[in-house]
Amino acid sequence: MANAPGPVQDIEFTLNGDPVSRTASSRQLLVHFLRDDLGLRGPKIGCDTGHCGACTVNYNGKVIKSCMTLAVQADGAEIETVESLAGESGELDDLQESFRENHALQCGYCTSGVLMSSKFLLERNPKPTAEEIREGIQGNICRCTGYVNIVKAISAAAHGDKGLDLIERMNREHSQEVRG
Amino acid sequence: MTAPTTEKVATTPWTGQSLPRKEDERLLKAQGSFVDDEGMYRQGYAEFVRSPYAHARIVSIDVSAAEALAGVITTLIGDEVKAMTEPLFQFAPKEDGSQMNEYLLGVDIVRYQGEAVALVMAETREIARDAADLIEVEYEPLPVLLDGVAAAEPDSYVLHDSLGDNIAWKGLFDWGDIEWALEEADHVVKIDKLHFHRYSSTPIECNAILVNWDPGTDMIRVVSNNQFPMFGALVIGPSMGVGVDQFDFVSQDIGGGFGIKINSYTHIGVLALLSRKAGRPVKWTETRTEHHQSGGHGNERTFLDIEVPVMADGTMLGYKMRAFDDAGAYLHYEPLGAVIWSQVVPGPYKLKHVQVDYTETLTNKCPAVPNRGYSRMQHIWFLERVIDLVAQELELDPVEVRKLNYIQPEDYPYTTPNGCVYDSGDLPTALDMVLEMIDYEGAKQLKEERAGSGKRIGIGIGTTLDSGTNNFGQSRILNPELPFSGNGEACTALLDLYGEVMLKLGTNPQGQGHETTGSQVAADILGMSPENIRVWAGFDKSHSAYIGFSGTYASQFAVTGINAIIGAVEKLKAEIIEVAAHAFGAEQDQVELVDGEARIIGNPEAAIPFIGIANMVFANNSTLPHEMAERVSLTCRHVYVPKFELPDVEKKYGNLTLTYSSQTHAAVVEVDEETGKVQILDYAVVDDCGKRINPMVVDGQVHGATGLGIGAALREAFEYDEDGQLLNSNFLFYHAATATDVPNIKTDHIESPSPFSGTGAKGMGEGGGAPLHTISSAIQDALGPGKAIVSDSHNPPERVWRLLNWDGPADERGVSVASKGTTS
Repeated sequence: MANAPGPVQDIEFTLNGDPVSRTASSRQLLVHFLRDDLGLRGPKIGCDTGHCGACTVNYNGKVIKSCMTLAVQADGAEIETVESLAGESGELDDLQESFRENHALQCGYCTSGVLMSSKFLLERNPKPTAEEIREGIQGNICRCTGYVNIVKAISAAAHGDKGLDLIERMNREHSQEVRG
Repeated sequence: MTAPTTEKVATTPWTGQSLPRKEDERLLKAQGSFVDDEGMYRQGYAEFVRSPYAHARIVSIDVSAAEALAGVITTLIGDEVKAMTEPLFQFAPKEDGSQMNEYLLGVDIVRYQGEAVALVMAETREIARDAADLIEVEYEPLPVLLDGVAAAEPDSYVLHDSLGDNIAWKGLFDWGDIEWALEEADHVVKIDKLHFHRYSSTPIECNAILVNWDPGTDMIRVVSNNQFPMFGALVIGPSMGVGVDQFDFVSQDIGGGFGIKINSYTHIGVLALLSRKAGRPVKWTETRTEHHQSGGHGNERTFLDIEVPVMADGTMLGYKMRAFDDAGAYLHYEPLGAVIWSQVVPGPYKLKHVQVDYTETLTNKCPAVPNRGYSRMQHIWFLERVIDLVAQELELDPVEVRKLNYIQPEDYPYTTPNGCVYDSGDLPTALDMVLEMIDYEGAKQLKEERAGSGKRIGIGIGTTLDSGTNNFGQSRILNPELPFSGNGEACTALLDLYGEVMLKLGTNPQGQGHETTGSQVAADILGMSPENIRVWAGFDKSHSAYIGFSGTYASQFAVTGINAIIGAVEKLKAEIIEVAAHAFGAEQDQVELVDGEARIIGNPEAAIPFIGIANMVFANNSTLPHEMAERVSLTCRHVYVPKFELPDVEKKYGNLTLTYSSQTHAAVVEVDEETGKVQILDYAVVDDCGKRINPMVVDGQVHGATGLGIGAALREAFEYDEDGQLLNSNFLFYHAATATDVPNIKTDHIESPSPFSGTGAKGMGEGGGAPLHTISSAIQDALGPGKAIVSDSHNPPERVWRLLNWDGPADERGVSVASKGTTS
């Protein structure tokens, strides 16, 4: 049932690979629909204006802010949220595991959105530099990590290194960037 | 099999390891539980109506149209709240007893844009928002007062009639003999004005509250992301006329706090009243605009008439200044900040003679509340500006002046002029390390090379202190009658019926990893893996251990929380050993705990797993002596209490904090002469928080505090227009730092264990705001001597451009030197 008053519309779409058929209010935002009507916890609300990125989901192959999208726009779309990342028995995927190993999350509130943006980035650019990673997650605000370990975790997932190798590679990249 | 020995099993300690966090899996899979992920049967949704004016009289409020809307459950306005509650507790009324009257909802007069005046509750979020728009409030605008210094003037418009003026608190702090020092000094450096700006760490999860005042039991269940619920209970309980026993505060995952989330207690109170009126649970999730307008801002502080006595060799004797802290319209947690800065009176330096005339004022702005680095970072930013300007004006090397004035490693424990005891540290080593990390010599060379290119290089240094584990007795300096002192935290460690180990903490973390670090220290005591220790996620007052100070704030978990855990787990260990020794027929000192078993030392064959111990106590207790069966509970609560004495409130003297972490930062920046844009080329931090329980978590805290500080230094500010309208009420206009604004932050550390904390660890989460110091320092360096001075902590391109293009006379630079034998 649609929570918001006003006109409603029947919508059908694919959510994390499963078909969804629902009635949505015309004025309802996609993030509210996903959270309040479908009970998802992944997309978070942090700003209401499309800036913080906590609500980021993948919509027909591109990342969008689900607070800037109406629920009825989901009609016919394929939508993926962070809930799609872990394996069938709940095991973390490589990106999630890299976030865990590299302490790329603290409070965890921005994490769903950051993961979705990172995944999208790596699909387009499998071996990004640190600078490219920073640009790729520019639409996601994190207040806990200073982004340092997020960049590191994405880079590690992309390049498959860890520990000292990872640190040395990232330091090399950094010094190439800063003083040219 | 090896022969039995009498040696205990030696294991590598879990404490000190960078273990991945227990919390992460649920958060990565969106299985955490934040407030908005929770719901209650028959819950309604609340929406606040807030004042569009910064200052206005409420002429009338008409809720009839809202109440007539289908789906609206009820409304609540200030007059109703006033009729059923008392004004909120104030920390420091004036000597004649006068104080402001603040209620849980605005009454009669609103004093900042965004102040809540009415509430509506409806069946859905959207209906509640529609209904809020239908509530008609008529306002009569009043004059707006926005200048925190002018607010102190005797003829200033008074915001709170019952207070009589706009002074929240005022006091003279005077230690040593500043007049003697100014007389004795070879030079006196005078700075007209420095200004620390208003900003917030703006957690991405805004405030959120789900509350049910149960009509049957009269219990008030509050699911919220408030980070210091016990403080909230102490303030709102008396106002609402309810006992703290009626409140059940619950939180699991909290989406960032940074101190700001201490502030939500007034909304908890008024939403509880709304729930009582409706007879149903109510949920409220704050919008970003509401959060920026009314969720709480960090303290803005102006420093005036600064005088710094300096000897010819660069030794600084102290300082004198007037400080005006702008608390905004109401005192939420304030005026505690008016004394909390004095935890770090000399900063990292051996300054002996200090006089501060401190005034906290009220203005028509959002209330100031604790924000990461609370009150101390403002002060240390001031001191770091002072030392750089002293170096520049006296043509001294900023590194050498710091080293000369630093408290030296052999000086610890070091007693400050106001009786605070700095526990340990090694500032000169930290500075050497951090300069090497940014290739200081290379950076100086780069600065020369780029001179005249239009891209100036600046090198900045910032040393800061993060004082942790407050002595709440310092509040008595504000008001000697206050019944607060000391500090502490609680923990319960227990075995469950099948021998499972569980900890329940009094803290309610917002990402600091307490489940992980808590299990690490407990694992070492119990001789088992942290994996096998469950730490209750979050806080639930109905069963978690707590005291009045419980919460997660003010850089103290590593001391208060960890020591509470250690105490509780040690008690649990003693009980397990006592029961095991009885079962073995052995002495207690012959029993050790290894891998979840109690064993006779050196004989792994003689072992009782914890399930056996739990069985004897919980379900098989006739096997125990009756006295032991009644006494041993395997549910062990411990309250850690640091040793503090009451400060001397007359002299404002005493030990105000238990531990002092330090951070030394250095940055190389490039300043674009054409645009004023500051780009960070290199950034490094050396952290010293004593013994590190989980180095990865510590580094994460350093990164986070640094990222916030860089954002604040260059991008983030709350600014009001002349009508008191906030110009930055969402993330379009409030430029929260993104990944492209924060550079790679290099970190290293030294460990100077605290002799006072038991474990050697020190609180370190707040970080001390060092990027603000460092970036101001770097911009100053780029400007060079004889030019404008960096007098504001916020330096966006337009301000830097103005500094670069400042062309005023030398006596209007805002800084001057009077030297002996010369006239100034």
